[in-house]
Amino acid sequence: MTVLSDISLQAGHLVQATLFAQTTQPVATPTIEWLYLAPIIILALGGILLITLTSIAPGARANHIPTLFTVACGMTGLVFLPVIAGRLNNLVSDAAASGTAARPSVNLVSSALVVDHFTLWITGLICVAVILVALVLDGYLGREGLECPEWYALLLISASGGIILASAEDLIVSFLGLEILSIAVYVLASLHLRRSDSQEAGFKYFILGALSSAFFLYGIALVYGATGSTTMNGIARSMEGLNAAGLSPAKNSSMVMVGLAMLLVGFGFKVSAFPLHIWTPDVYQGSPTPIVGFMASAVKVAAFGGMMRVFLIAFGGTFASDWRLLVMGMAGLSVLIGSFLAIVQTNIKRTMAFSSIAHAGFMLVGMYAAASPSAAGDSGRRAVLFYLLAYTFMSIGTFAVITVVGRQGDGDHSIEAYRGLAKREPILAAAFAVLLFGQVGAPFTAGFFAKFRVIAAAAQVDETGGYVLAGVAMIGAAIGAFLYLRVVVAMFLDDTPSVAAGLAHAAVAEADGAGGHADAPDDVAVSGDAVLVSERVLVSDQALDVPPLALGVAVLAAAVTVLLGVFPDLGAGVLAEAALSLVR
Amino acid sequence: MIATLSGTSILASEAASFSVLPALILVPLLTAIVILLLPANRVAELKLTALAGSAIAGAMAIWMMAAFDKNDAGFQFVVNQPWLESMGLNWHFAVDGISLFMVVLTGILFPIAILATEPHHDPKPYYMWLMILMAGSFGVFMALDLLLFFVFFEVVLIPMYFLIGGWGHGQRIYAALKFFIYTMTGSALMLVGIVSLALLTASRTGNALTFDVTQLAEAQALGTTAQRLIFLSFALAFAVKVPLFPLHTWLPDAHTEAPTAGSVILAGVMLKLGTYGYIRFGVYLFPQAAHDLAWIFLTLGVIGILYAAAVATMQKDLKRLVAYSSVAHLGFIVLGIFSLNTQGLTGAVFQMVAHGVSTGALFILVGWIYERRHTRQIAELGGLQKAAPIFAAAFTLVMLSSVGLPGLNGFNGEFLILLGGFQAARWWTVFAVLGVILAALYLLWAYQRVFHGTPEGDNATMPELRLSEGLVILPLLFLIVAMGVYPKPMLERIEPSVERLVAHVEANVEGFSEPGPERVPEHPGDARTLMDKLEEAEANADLGEESDSHEGESDE
Repeated sequence: MTVLSDISLQAGHLVQATLFAQTTQPVATPTIEWLYLAPIIILALGGILLITLTSIAPGARANHIPTLFTVACGMTGLVFLPVIAGRLNNLVSDAAASGTAARPSVNLVSSALVVDHFTLWITGLICVAVILVALVLDGYLGREGLECPEWYALLLISASGGIILASAEDLIVSFLGLEILSIAVYVLASLHLRRSDSQEAGFKYFILGALSSAFFLYGIALVYGATGSTTMNGIARSMEGLNAAGLSPAKNSSMVMVGLAMLLVGFGFKVSAFPLHIWTPDVYQGSPTPIVGFMASAVKVAAFGGMMRVFLIAFGGTFASDWRLLVMGMAGLSVLIGSFLAIVQTNIKRTMAFSSIAHAGFMLVGMYAAASPSAAGDSGRRAVLFYLLAYTFMSIGTFAVITVVGRQGDGDHSIEAYRGLAKREPILAAAFAVLLFGQVGAPFTAGFFAKFRVIAAAAQVDETGGYVLAGVAMIGAAIGAFLYLRVVVAMFLDDTPSVAAGLAHAAVAEADGAGGHADAPDDVAVSGDAVLVSERVLVSDQALDVPPLALGVAVLAAAVTVLLGVFPDLGAGVLAEAALSLVR
Repeated sequence: MIATLSGTSILASEAASFSVLPALILVPLLTAIVILLLPANRVAELKLTALAGSAIAGAMAIWMMAAFDKNDAGFQFVVNQPWLESMGLNWHFAVDGISLFMVVLTGILFPIAILATEPHHDPKPYYMWLMILMAGSFGVFMALDLLLFFVFFEVVLIPMYFLIGGWGHGQRIYAALKFFIYTMTGSALMLVGIVSLALLTASRTGNALTFDVTQLAEAQALGTTAQRLIFLSFALAFAVKVPLFPLHTWLPDAHTEAPTAGSVILAGVMLKLGTYGYIRFGVYLFPQAAHDLAWIFLTLGVIGILYAAAVATMQKDLKRLVAYSSVAHLGFIVLGIFSLNTQGLTGAVFQMVAHGVSTGALFILVGWIYERRHTRQIAELGGLQKAAPIFAAAFTLVMLSSVGLPGLNGFNGEFLILLGGFQAARWWTVFAVLGVILAALYLLWAYQRVFHGTPEGDNATMPELRLSEGLVILPLLFLIVAMGVYPKPMLERIEPSVERLVAHVEANVEGFSEPGPERVPEHPGDARTLMDKLEEAEANADLGEESDSHEGESDE
């Protein structure tokens, strides 16, 4: 990331200078620029190679080889990013040297894909997600006795689909990416063969996901019917033409409007925004926990990437007023519903599912601002991209801890399971606390600046709606704080002593009952519950097997969360360029 | 740090800007890290480290007070470094006469709170959270960047939440959650307000986006409605923190369940965040709105004074009674602030410090009673004076300072507030004065029930104040008397800054008139007038209040 920032900073002023000019030279022959495609190819081919090689050499199936392979693929993908960024900036400077203007953006494969700084940002996040999830998966599969390379292969293929979705220049390619992304995740969700929950989750996700894909496809058809194009720029030009002819598409083309709404259904489902969030708690609860981490990070990143490209480029600019109100409503309600419903959950995975709905709402607040034609638009785009960065780390770290605490069978997800975790696993608990406070949006964490940027962008729109939305989102966040604090309470404050000590404590408390009030913990003060207490203690006192890789992921995620909270300007140049890519 | 401290001969000037303010934040923070690295079973070393760290920070705060240029009404010891440049955020710290004593109070109360009590388990995280809390408290009083202030305003919640939840009594987790959620929800809208203020100001003035408090205050670019709405978003956050009626319900729980050190810091330092916020941000940034809407806060403040006093009278738990007395005292401070004149505001700042000292001392003493007797129920105590006369004497002094006895610190602030309030908001003040009488009633009555009479059972054998405890409480007793008898060093530092603030308000409020009917013209910069009035009043009030103290004595 920092290397990328250096390179892009060098050419930053050139980018600025040539920002609003564009080259719309059609590509004469569909040459294939291998370098720009490298991340997608590495991930997709990596997945296929992994399956092939491990079938040829079954010895490589077990152990840590698939993990290593996946991490290597992700790393290679990341290594290509600064190189590609350098090439993009060279294009601009070369064009400037020859007196023409160019944007740091390349259309590939007959304008099917576009590679610009925004693509690179999303690609980077997805690669990071793949690496971190693979590391968590390693210990998980070992514990569950499910070691096989298919998990990793699907992970890689899904990630390549995510990058395709975020870099698609054509709606058909968007759909292609969406399906590659989704189908692999459907399978991953149901891949814990010994848990019926997992089967159920996969099935549910598949049925509902297929439905939303159908909506998405129908949306493409309608948009094509109305505008005669499926490419982003083609649609945008067509809309501009309609506008120039005095036909505002919103009022005159109900076809575009319906198509737009259907596309929003498709994306809203993937990012789990209200009212398309219904699947989230069930699927999150049932799916294998590391995969949930992938759903919350990479899938969300890719879906937001695709959504931003489609809505800000094809339907951006003056046409944004057609869908901004809808996004605004979805945003506010997602935050509120997510925060309120999370409070009543007792299962931590369900809790985190609702929290991810609330976070999606926050990002949609940023989308609302991003659609603004004023300066707020740029702030909004940056806010969403920063939010995606922060949330990727926070959510994967969170689910890494949940994976570990879930114990063998991946079933111990009650909040009770976290009682006294700080005593038994102080590092894990501390990392988890940092991640949870990050999700609350506490100061000096990435979550704070993520929320701050979003709120600032919404206020910058300077409409009553923007202020109200910002207020609603903040109140939702404050209420949502309760759910994270509950877990922190369980870990740090509500420490259940071991069985023997617990019973001894209860006896002391009873003895003291006559004299003064001893400071007995709440749970043993009620002596009638003694049996219940001791049972619970037994469950949560089982030695916790903490795989070092998963612990490392949690600590790394917590460290990044704090780092971005103290130095929020890190990578600002890259962020700014990525946001600028979305200006048509 | 010690090396820099030894250079105290340097006066407040160029050389003094060795950035004492960041050092104030860093010293406790580094201490917290040292504590984190120490083994958990070295209890004595842990306490010593915490004590040393907080004492060094406290000494630096006191040095800063000495080096403070009392003729300069503006901000001193300024440190301004960019933080998030693209959004116009800065690490901007400075103090003026208003925040100076808040910083000093923080520096004094923390070492005392650490000395006064020991945690009954897990000393390591306890001291670590206390040190983080200290760093945060310094930061919040010194921040002059709105977002930086918000960051510290929120960040102090986390250590306090852990302190109450981890080392509190009985319903500690409930109290901790209630405290966190109340404050967090209250301040949620403030962030929107902060952002809106900065963005609107930037777009109206055409300047770059900034969160700098002084620049925003000077710009005054908002329209009436926007200013009022944003002011209210700030005011809500502060109202929870103060706490103003009817948002005070978190306070009795939090104060009662918190460990002694937590209660001391909560009452002494953290409640002041609300009132300090009203002065520094409410009045300074939104003079027009603060002036127009003053009646709301005057009313809520006075209701708080009377309501909390009434509720305090009926409390069965001694610590809860002290907690409610805080609500009443803070009501006075709000009254002083929204008088929007020099006397009222000076009194408010003075009273903030006075309340911190005397309520801190009260909580420490109540904590010691609890350690000795394992109960805080007033009904189960009685006759402690016979068993522990020195303890009772210390309690008497602190209690009388809380009542507002002339000659002790509680009187000066309250008097100035009433003086300012009477000029600006006569009828509110008339009702507020009733609160003074009620304070005497509930505190003296509680004192009578706890300390007078014949001790029975365990009360008869209550241990006397130990020497070590006496040494801990002595600085506070000294401050109570010193601030009461000789308030000049404080007032002469507070007043210039307050006058600057009042001038700012007068300049920026259209057709300025104080909220009440008439206003006595005041000569800004004339500190003697205020001092004379105070001395005169003390002489008069000595006569008036005698009946109160007689009441107390006659019950013996």
